Amino acid sequence: MLDFTILSENMDMFMEGFKTTLFVSFLALISSFVLGTILAIFRIAPIKPLNWIGGIYVEFIRNIPILIILFFIFTGLPVLGIRLSGFTAGTIALTVYTAAFIAEAIRAGIMAVPKGQTEAARSSGLNYVQTMWYVILPQAIKIVIPPLGNQFINLVKNSSILTIVAAGELMYQGDLISSRTFVTFDVYIFVAIFYLIITIPLSLGVNYLEKHLAKSN
Amino acid sequence: MFNKKNWFMLMLIAALTLVLAACGGDDKKESDSDSSSDGEKTATSALETVKANDKIVWGVKNDTKLFGLKNPSTGEVEGFDIDIAKEITAIILGDPSKVEFKEVTSKTRIPMLNNGEIDAIVATMTITEERRQEVDFSDVYFEAGQSLLVKKGSPIKSVEDLDASTKVLAVKGSTSAINIREKAPEAQVLEFENYAEAFTALKAGQGDTLTTDNSILFGMASDDSNYEVLDGTFTDEPYGIAMKKGSDDFVKAVNDALAELKANGKYDEIYEKWIVLE
Amino acid sequence: MDFIGAYSPDHLVFLLKGFWVTIKIAAVSIFFSFIIGGLVGTLRYAKVPVLSQVLAVLVELVRNLPLLLIIFFVYFALPEIGIKFSITWSAIIALTVFESAMVSEIIRSGLNSVHKGQIEAGRSSGLSYVQTLWHIVLPQGIRRMVPPIVSQFISLLKDTSLAVVIALPELMHHAQVINAQNINYIVPIFLFVSVMYFVVNYALSLVARRLELKVQ
Repeated sequence: MLDFTILSENMDMFMEGFKTTLFVSFLALISSFVLGTILAIFRIAPIKPLNWIGGIYVEFIRNIPILIILFFIFTGLPVLGIRLSGFTAGTIALTVYTAAFIAEAIRAGIMAVPKGQTEAARSSGLNYVQTMWYVILPQAIKIVIPPLGNQFINLVKNSSILTIVAAGELMYQGDLISSRTFVTFDVYIFVAIFYLIITIPLSLGVNYLEKHLAKSN
Repeated sequence: MFNKKNWFMLMLIAALTLVLAACGGDDKKESDSDSSSDGEKTATSALETVKANDKIVWGVKNDTKLFGLKNPSTGEVEGFDIDIAKEITAIILGDPSKVEFKEVTSKTRIPMLNNGEIDAIVATMTITEERRQEVDFSDVYFEAGQSLLVKKGSPIKSVEDLDASTKVLAVKGSTSAINIREKAPEAQVLEFENYAEAFTALKAGQGDTLTTDNSILFGMASDDSNYEVLDGTFTDEPYGIAMKKGSDDFVKAVNDALAELKANGKYDEIYEKWIVLE
Repeated sequence: MDFIGAYSPDHLVFLLKGFWVTIKIAAVSIFFSFIIGGLVGTLRYAKVPVLSQVLAVLVELVRNLPLLLIIFFVYFALPEIGIKFSITWSAIIALTVFESAMVSEIIRSGLNSVHKGQIEAGRSSGLSYVQTLWHIVLPQGIRRMVPPIVSQFISLLKDTSLAVVIALPELMHHAQVINAQNINYIVPIFLFVSVMYFVVNYALSLVARRLELKVQ
């Protein structure tokens, strides 16, 4: 059997890591949703320079590893005079990376709303921003929710890289416990279970929504 | 309504319990197979294996200046540990070029030794009782001690100056990370994957001081003159060469070789080449 | 910042060598993932009793875990129960386990996208179930699977960087070796390395997009 004394004796550290992972994921979810929405609007707005900014950001960030973003913020930015803790650097790296994917998901959702609706809204006197806010976004959100859920699962999984900058999340605490106790196998199994406690319910929720929303259409 | 996929996932949660049980079973099997493989080891000794391969595969650091540092220009690893490994190989196999170096970290070296990827570890490794349970050590080949690296002009003058407001950087899986928590229980300790990342973090101002063996710290200080090693050590860190448990003849051959190097002056030569203490 | 020192010919060659390892490891891993993922995806599509349920559980388990944990697990934890691999194989195995789960989902949805009527037509014209899968469903499904598989390969190229934690000598590891020499190299080196990843991955993503258009 697994050595449950490892779990009970180090429960404080596991729980601290678990809470930090949840907290970091939650913060990064909110901020990447905001940034992702702005980028999506940039990409479809009828203003060319904004399209370019949004396009370059999304394409560049999606095609490089998140690890490089993290290292850049944690050890590169201090050279330029900006110093952030492992926790802050990690939250920002997760935000910067995830926002690119969220922007794509939201853009796809907006594009899925029939063009005729924009024209109808505009001809009934709404301006571009109003059309977006009152007509397009509410419909797009419905299409976008399942892919957003998947991004959140990815975000939780990606938060494990924060161990590399000693941010104190679940993976980091697991590493510390295993180097104190010289037990690796059992510790990593417990770490895995803690991650699954977060990701499996999310995954169930996304599946349910996918089915449910598909039906309602 | 729950669809099939969701049912699978519910089963999955139930399956986790089974996984836990299955792992327990494996744990027991492991101790069985370990004892049987110990039996095999006596059949072909570690020294015979090395001689049969006509090569010694050494696990060395690649990020530790003065001891084992990879030179990006040549791709070769260089340092005190490397030269010691070459000289020992020369004595055991008659030719210093019959070596292969594999890069290890504090965290990877024991697993790599145990899975047979490397024959011996010469990688700034402190002899400790816990490690003696897992590996065999040679005689001490270098006397180091734990100290602190700080930016010149830092208010930190000794380990007593570390308080709740100080961030101490260390490396995962190292003895120094454990020691510093005993010596300075108040301080915040941040642990990184390896020394290069820990030193990069220190240089980036992500901590106030970096702790490990002074031997390694001197290497960092010689790399960047803005940093200095504090005087005095607060632990003894005798370095040993680690070999797989039960390789008595190999350990003896390494110890004989070390004694010979100390007697014929080669050891001092290597010491002076790398360890330039101020 | 020291752009000139950072971009010395030695450093650039060193980075290219690292990138070559990244590409090799990713290629080997996607090859194995395609085989294992293909098998798993097909078995799940065929709804083989018990087996496909077991596979479904395994796939969900792996998909919901961080890759970093899987890498750590293969390299540090498996030796504790007597299963030992080198750094390179640990990286390949961890990446393959993770990507196989992803690929199997791609394969399964690709197969599901083939109209059910075609299976019935195949069966009624005298083909066995396996023959129908092989000759009728698979060729059509594959056309739809290729673009997402290329995207998955892009993810894999990025994910290989995580093996820096077990000191696999790939691009990210080589970048860190150079950065350790001088703090003024960090920003230039990361810019260069980002561009290396970007160029290759962006080119691949353009390929994926072209293939997608063709399919439609």
